[in-house]
Amino acid sequence: MLGVIGAPSIDALFADIPHHLRPRSFQLPEGLSEYEVMRRMNALALKNSVGPVPFIGGGYYDHYVPAACQALISRGEFYTAYTPYQPEAAQGTLQALFEFQSSICTLTGMDVANASLYEGGTALYEAMMMAIRVTGRQKIVMDSGVSPIYRKLIKSYTHNLNFEFVETPVVHGRADRAAIVKLLDNKTAAVILQNPNFFGAIDDHSDIVAKAHAAGALVIESVYPVALGLLKSPGEMGVDITTGEGQSLGLPLSFGGPYLGFMATRKKLIRQMPGRLVGETVDGEGRRCFVNTLQAREQHIRREKATSNICTNVALCATQAAIFMALVGREGLKEMARLNLEKAEFMKAELSKIQGVEVKRSAPTFNEFTVRLSKNVNDVIEAMMLKGFAAGFPLGRYYPGMDDYLLVAVTEKRTRDEILAYTKALAEVLR
Amino acid sequence: MKLIFEKSVTGRKGLKFPALDVPATAQLPKACLRQDDARLPEVSELDVVRHFTQLSQRNFSVDANFYPLGSCTMKYNPKFTEKVAAMPGFADLHPLLPQLKGGEKYTQGALEVLYESERWLCEITGMKAMTMQPLAGAHGELTGIMLMAAYHKAKGNTHKKYVIIPDSAHGTNPASAAVAGYEIISVPSDKKGVIDLAKLKAVVNEETAGLMMTCPDTHGVFNGQIDEVSKLIHSVDGIMYYDGANLNAILGRCRPGDVGFDVVHLNLHKTFATPHGGGGPGSGPVGVGERLEKFLPISRVIRRSDGMYALNYDYPDSIGYIASFYGAFGVILKAYAYMLLLGCEGLKQTTDHAVLNANYLLHRLKGHYQVAFDRICMHECLFSASRQLERGVHAIDIAKFLIDQNIHPPTVYFPLTVKEAIMVEPTETESKETLDTFAEAMIRADELSKTDPHAFHALPKTMPISRPDETKAAREVKVNFFAQSV
Repeated sequence: MLGVIGAPSIDALFADIPHHLRPRSFQLPEGLSEYEVMRRMNALALKNSVGPVPFIGGGYYDHYVPAACQALISRGEFYTAYTPYQPEAAQGTLQALFEFQSSICTLTGMDVANASLYEGGTALYEAMMMAIRVTGRQKIVMDSGVSPIYRKLIKSYTHNLNFEFVETPVVHGRADRAAIVKLLDNKTAAVILQNPNFFGAIDDHSDIVAKAHAAGALVIESVYPVALGLLKSPGEMGVDITTGEGQSLGLPLSFGGPYLGFMATRKKLIRQMPGRLVGETVDGEGRRCFVNTLQAREQHIRREKATSNICTNVALCATQAAIFMALVGREGLKEMARLNLEKAEFMKAELSKIQGVEVKRSAPTFNEFTVRLSKNVNDVIEAMMLKGFAAGFPLGRYYPGMDDYLLVAVTEKRTRDEILAYTKALAEVLR
Repeated sequence: MKLIFEKSVTGRKGLKFPALDVPATAQLPKACLRQDDARLPEVSELDVVRHFTQLSQRNFSVDANFYPLGSCTMKYNPKFTEKVAAMPGFADLHPLLPQLKGGEKYTQGALEVLYESERWLCEITGMKAMTMQPLAGAHGELTGIMLMAAYHKAKGNTHKKYVIIPDSAHGTNPASAAVAGYEIISVPSDKKGVIDLAKLKAVVNEETAGLMMTCPDTHGVFNGQIDEVSKLIHSVDGIMYYDGANLNAILGRCRPGDVGFDVVHLNLHKTFATPHGGGGPGSGPVGVGERLEKFLPISRVIRRSDGMYALNYDYPDSIGYIASFYGAFGVILKAYAYMLLLGCEGLKQTTDHAVLNANYLLHRLKGHYQVAFDRICMHECLFSASRQLERGVHAIDIAKFLIDQNIHPPTVYFPLTVKEAIMVEPTETESKETLDTFAEAMIRADELSKTDPHAFHALPKTMPISRPDETKAAREVKVNFFAQSV
């Protein structure tokens, strides 16, 4: 090969890198065999404990991942392809993404969805930026029931931009209507809500939507897709942009990622939407096929004038979610949501029987709920861990004044026996 | 091929749920319930498996095809890394677990992976500290520009307005800088293919916040004066940003930190062999030099004196949260396992062979295609279809010809600086035999352009579809099976 090139050595190919620009150091361990790496990684995996029975949620849930999901996305034809720049050679990815978009649309009751964003938090940030572009306004009203993780993230992204943020309180577990309405004016770009909110409480935001629209503002709602098996969809409420974390749609928890951000909106807003969009068309013979479309919104065409800087998104995670939604299906999603709801209600009833636990019941909840404990929450969590339970998430970590509160999540995977064992353990810890 | 929704049969199910083992008591307010079901398909597990298996067969992929997509580093993704990411000790780990009191000790293995990945990548890039949080290359860019902004703010550099970007850059560079609130100045390249130093000098001034570039740049050329560029930008207290898209060209041969870059982002899905997933998930860790370290996003992973790993949030100057958690952990695991496998010498050989392969293709094809810059290239070689265009054949036509040869086309029409660009990045994992097969196919395409240029318009012929009508897709937008065209 060097003969064809006409170079005396491989080193000669690096002649453009002058000597003084060569590395000052490159001290790394020597390579291992595949078996040795597997052994080492296995040892590291075993240092993590997935032993405690998980009752933690906070927007990320221990749902069952069907084997077919993993098997199908483990096909090299899916996972070793890249962005479908050549549609003739990428109909598999393109059609899977079109089906993903369609499933997200019917789930959320919206007209159009994109082919994914990184995760629920960045998706919400992108929705907010979209609302600012659409309205030409710069004030954002955000309900404190929106995940504090998302709110922190949005604040870091916009730290250097001249946007006005106002956060409204949660009252009796839900968004504070009066406070939100009072803030609506002709500068308001969007009201940002979440359903169920971080405390697990469910709501019908239709009234807020009507008021916001009257003020010329958009409404953005972050949703939990599994709950939409039962709950009123953002589309039915009249929401303008909806986003969410798709981890619950067949993705493992995987210590925080890769996850799946999704976004859906009204058809009139499609040209302001960020991210890849797969559209239907026909080929030269009139056969239905799929392509990336409306690319004039995107960075590789518009550069600094694009609707977002996003390029690579999470196509494989979207494919995984599309597979999950197909497996679960129309009736299955309702059944799954019902299981989550009923088990959480059962657990609320059981926990109410314990001395030292006050189950908050000011608002209906889906599969996650808030309890007030008589002992220090962090100490209780630590003690419960030793008894084999990840007891929940301490709300005081993000909400000042809520140091006594614990957020408990229940999924379809939790059995009656596990719930009763948790209850018994908690009673002992609180005794 | 039918859509999964078109295969739906009422009552069919693909997954069995456990029976409800608690009393059904829940009563939700009617106003909170949905009126219409989500119209998800009703199909069996076999229906789903067959449908998606057939879909997968309508894709080109690295596993099945040579995939020399320039600037994307489509190297082979070792299979064992998939098994690593699926280990229950990693896959089932809840991200909030280490944030609970006493929770860190249940996630020591995961935190160690993050900590060690940072250390490896710091040594590889010559940077002082690293965050694994950014979830893709463009996300890393935005993080890097936010660090730049935080630096200027802390120094009281209120006059910094512009980020300078070469015209050959990826579209994400100007888009990321704009999203972070900067204006963009574009600087052209010189005849050698690198940023024009004289023209750069003319635009650098006190309002320059920084410069973003790849090195080697998207022309596949290493800029031997990169330290001069750094000095120039630093002379006005600007920040040098390294876009790691092309890091595969310099592993062990040059480190961004040594030549004056203050901040770098890497693409683990390019250089570190994690799969591209049909368009993600990626991972875009960001490394910084001393000047920017205190601004890194939180949380950060630390190693305590007792050897325990922990999350630390106590960085008052931090730009804050840029992702919900600690990064695309499943992707990071694969990259870490890949680094352990290759080790020091293996990583160096990666670059050596990537550059050898690209130069080999450059020389095999230079008699047939116009070379954009006639000199040694780095890990990718750049051609123009300008000669073929004289015969009425475009770069996209050559791309479609290659599809019929079972080869994924190179990147075409990028960089924008080269007319009818064909950008070929073979990567180190391809054999000489594969490169020869590709070169011969390219030569046949050139010959066909001489003998029968009209033949290209009907290509590709061997795929499930012929060329799609993209104009119709954009005019009658249909992105949702359940809705009419927009």
